[in-house]
Amino acid sequence: MARHRGRGMASINYPIGMNLGGDPSQALVHSNPDGKFTVTLSAIDLGQGMKQVTRQIAAETLGVPISDVYVDTADSDTGPHDMGSFASRGTHRVGNAVMAAAKEARGVMMEAAAEELEVNAADLETDGRGNIHVRGAPSRAIAVKDVAIAAQFRQGKTIAGRGIFLIPLSEVNAETGEMSPVSCYAHACLVADLEVDDETGEVTMLKMTSAYELGRAINPKMVEQQLVGGAWMGMSHALYETPEPYYPDIAHGPRDFNEYVMPGPGDICPHDIAVLERPAPDGPFGGKGPGEMCANPVLPAVANAIFNAVGVRIDELPITPEKVLRAIKAQGGARPQGLPGGRR
Amino acid sequence: MLEFRKEYFKDERDDRLNEVGQPRQRQDMLGHVTGRTRYFDDHAFEGLLHLKVLRSPHPHARLRSIDVSAAERSPGVKRVIRAADVPVNKNTLLSLINFGKDDEPLLAVDKVRYKGEPIVAVVAESEAAAYDALEKIRVDYDPLPAVFDVEEAIKPGAPVVNETYPANTFEYHEKYNHQKLRFGDVERAFAQADFVLEERYQMSPIEHAPTETNGSIAAPETNDRIVVHTCTQALFFSLGTAAKLLDVPSNRLHFIGGTVGGGFGGKVDSLTEPLSILGAMLTGRPVRYVLGREEEMLYGCPRGAERHYIKDGVMRDGRIVARKIRSYFDAGAYTRLSSYGAVKCIAHVPGPYTIPNVHADSYCVFTNRTPATAMRGFGITGLDFSLEVQMDKLAHKVGMDPMEFRILNAYRDGDMKAHRREAHNCALIECVQVAAEKANWPVREEYRRMSSLTGGGGERAVIPATATDEAGRIGTGRPAGATTPPPRAPATPVPPPPRVPQPVAAQPRVAPPARPAPPPAPPPPSAAPPALREQPKPAAPAPQHGATRFSSVFGTRRR
Repeated sequence: MARHRGRGMASINYPIGMNLGGDPSQALVHSNPDGKFTVTLSAIDLGQGMKQVTRQIAAETLGVPISDVYVDTADSDTGPHDMGSFASRGTHRVGNAVMAAAKEARGVMMEAAAEELEVNAADLETDGRGNIHVRGAPSRAIAVKDVAIAAQFRQGKTIAGRGIFLIPLSEVNAETGEMSPVSCYAHACLVADLEVDDETGEVTMLKMTSAYELGRAINPKMVEQQLVGGAWMGMSHALYETPEPYYPDIAHGPRDFNEYVMPGPGDICPHDIAVLERPAPDGPFGGKGPGEMCANPVLPAVANAIFNAVGVRIDELPITPEKVLRAIKAQGGARPQGLPGGRR
Repeated sequence: MLEFRKEYFKDERDDRLNEVGQPRQRQDMLGHVTGRTRYFDDHAFEGLLHLKVLRSPHPHARLRSIDVSAAERSPGVKRVIRAADVPVNKNTLLSLINFGKDDEPLLAVDKVRYKGEPIVAVVAESEAAAYDALEKIRVDYDPLPAVFDVEEAIKPGAPVVNETYPANTFEYHEKYNHQKLRFGDVERAFAQADFVLEERYQMSPIEHAPTETNGSIAAPETNDRIVVHTCTQALFFSLGTAAKLLDVPSNRLHFIGGTVGGGFGGKVDSLTEPLSILGAMLTGRPVRYVLGREEEMLYGCPRGAERHYIKDGVMRDGRIVARKIRSYFDAGAYTRLSSYGAVKCIAHVPGPYTIPNVHADSYCVFTNRTPATAMRGFGITGLDFSLEVQMDKLAHKVGMDPMEFRILNAYRDGDMKAHRREAHNCALIECVQVAAEKANWPVREEYRRMSSLTGGGGERAVIPATATDEAGRIGTGRPAGATTPPPRAPATPVPPPPRVPQPVAAQPRVAPPARPAPPPAPPPPSAAPPALREQPKPAAPAPQHGATRFSSVFGTRRR
């Protein structure tokens, strides 16, 4: 009886946004008289940070500091239509809608600034700190706040913008499946290191090492929270969770978190992550979205690592100790395969 | 630990931005960490009533009679809501995008199709009073045979779960009981492959397990509107669903949400809003309907189970030459979103690899279990598990390192995907290279030098001559895919495909080098003959009927 080290990997890609498109998002952006901006959405923040991602996209597009932008969501009386927060569509779809709305608002702001400075709007640029100045002549400047006051009270302009983003719905061919499912994909590869106890069938995660490519990382800290949390969820799916442990038998349904088995804090392992950014040609600043896909590579990587550790293939999720133990017994004991690379 | 590898794809990015790419603190962080963020259930209303539902104890049963008289007299009860009280008591979630037929009542009529299906709702002064009243409802059930396994459900003679789809399968294109993917000729490629491996994979349902369970509070406003505080993941989706079921103009509903205590896909189905709104309309008072933890876990729509059969043909040098997949999505008793997930799965086949011959059938099957819904990775997670375990087995079979095996078969910019669109913006190879490097997993130099940017396209962009079939036509008996592979020739060739299936070029059986010399990667072995390469992609088969745009996308026009 022993604990066996194992190592496995998997690589995946993931479609961004609703399959086949046809899932519009809208956004409104407006300035108050002090040059502070509100983004109005009906999109939902599930905790993943949709508000903050769209806030940074709006601030970047407007050319103002992040502190001058707040995102308001979601009220069906004020926020324009959005399909919903699912299918990894927040950053890509809502982000693009916000970018379009912010561009329109920026256009009005620059026209208003041009009128105040008596120059051509095309010659103006924002400094990202709340000022607008003539390109190459920073001293010929006006604060965004003063532009907003002038637009509102002198010029009679509304510094506001509307945005929508839509990938038109694709048809699907009945005979061949020909279709345009999505416009971009995120990518990942993950290595799982673990131990399998051949006496109990229990699997202990030791480490995860990964590379995720997710387009432009709009906020690197929030990318980290998504990847760390998502990979943990994948690990939980791989080894613990199901309301139907003997599927397709519906018996043994859990009623609470005592009966629905999930890993606890002590089961979490270190996760060493590399992020690659290949911008999506049609993403906001190249953003794709790390939301759903970060969990996916963990499941097969864990299954493959268990094979590497003890030589059994578990092709049914979740990979419970019972399944591992039964498979080891059926095989007549653990058969470690040797850690990858070690064979050469 | 997290690091950015900015050296990759640096020519495609401008990294000199002010806000994008910066680790700014979230605008909602302070509220979250101090516990002051308001969720839907943090809204207090004077005179709030509570709604609870009676759920079926049987997975499949006819409802002979329902007696609510004692419940109506129960202390604190303000209203008992029966199926007849629901203005439009039949819906399918995706009717909002014109996909599929209405197949699910808000409250069961005539029969129940899963254990836990709502039958009657009670609105009372307290949750305890509502629960007491539920116990006084008398339902006379006539239990029916139930079916729980997807492949059992599509066999002849299986109990009919949902009469809207009497064959227990969702109908695609008003023609087939599954969605097809056909690219090249897998049978010919299998015959020429050095190894063929066929395996079965299974994913059980899982629960979203959000901290905050599904729920909503609906309250009459003074202006003849209803305000609804909800944890929905899709504000207008839920608003539209409620407006349809309750037959009210959408602008009489004022939905407020936006901050959710965990969703993961489990808060798209609008499980509670229609009943809390109906309760508010019928009583004139605010009504709160929140699922308990047990309800959330057992009846709050899980991630559905999936079963995938994968058959691959691979050459000794590691090139995969054919991949055939049969997928079953277990929808449970009603469609919800599973029909859509099955198509998303087809779009994902054969994974992020360039394989010259691909064949897939994806079924959405009805069984007597809690209706499934979307969850993180919907349509993809179960397939990716299956594909990547299969990839590991294939690498083992041909004696290749699994990292190098992935890199060899990875899709690259310019390659043709099985759904007949060119790949671009690829980065799988780079992810594998970086993960291997970080994990000190040795990968040989020639594989470390490969790139998603080069070696793709050309012969890898060719759409091969494709064998199509008419297996699984609706109305011609039970599906062919259930137990036997579909026949290659059309069983009822009406009308025939507009082009003649062409033989696929023979596999080059000449022994390739033990390891292919990169870059570029070896061309797919079954690339079409030169004459064919110049042809434009084959025309799509003639339409079978005057289908609308929507029905041609998803199958069945909404009725």
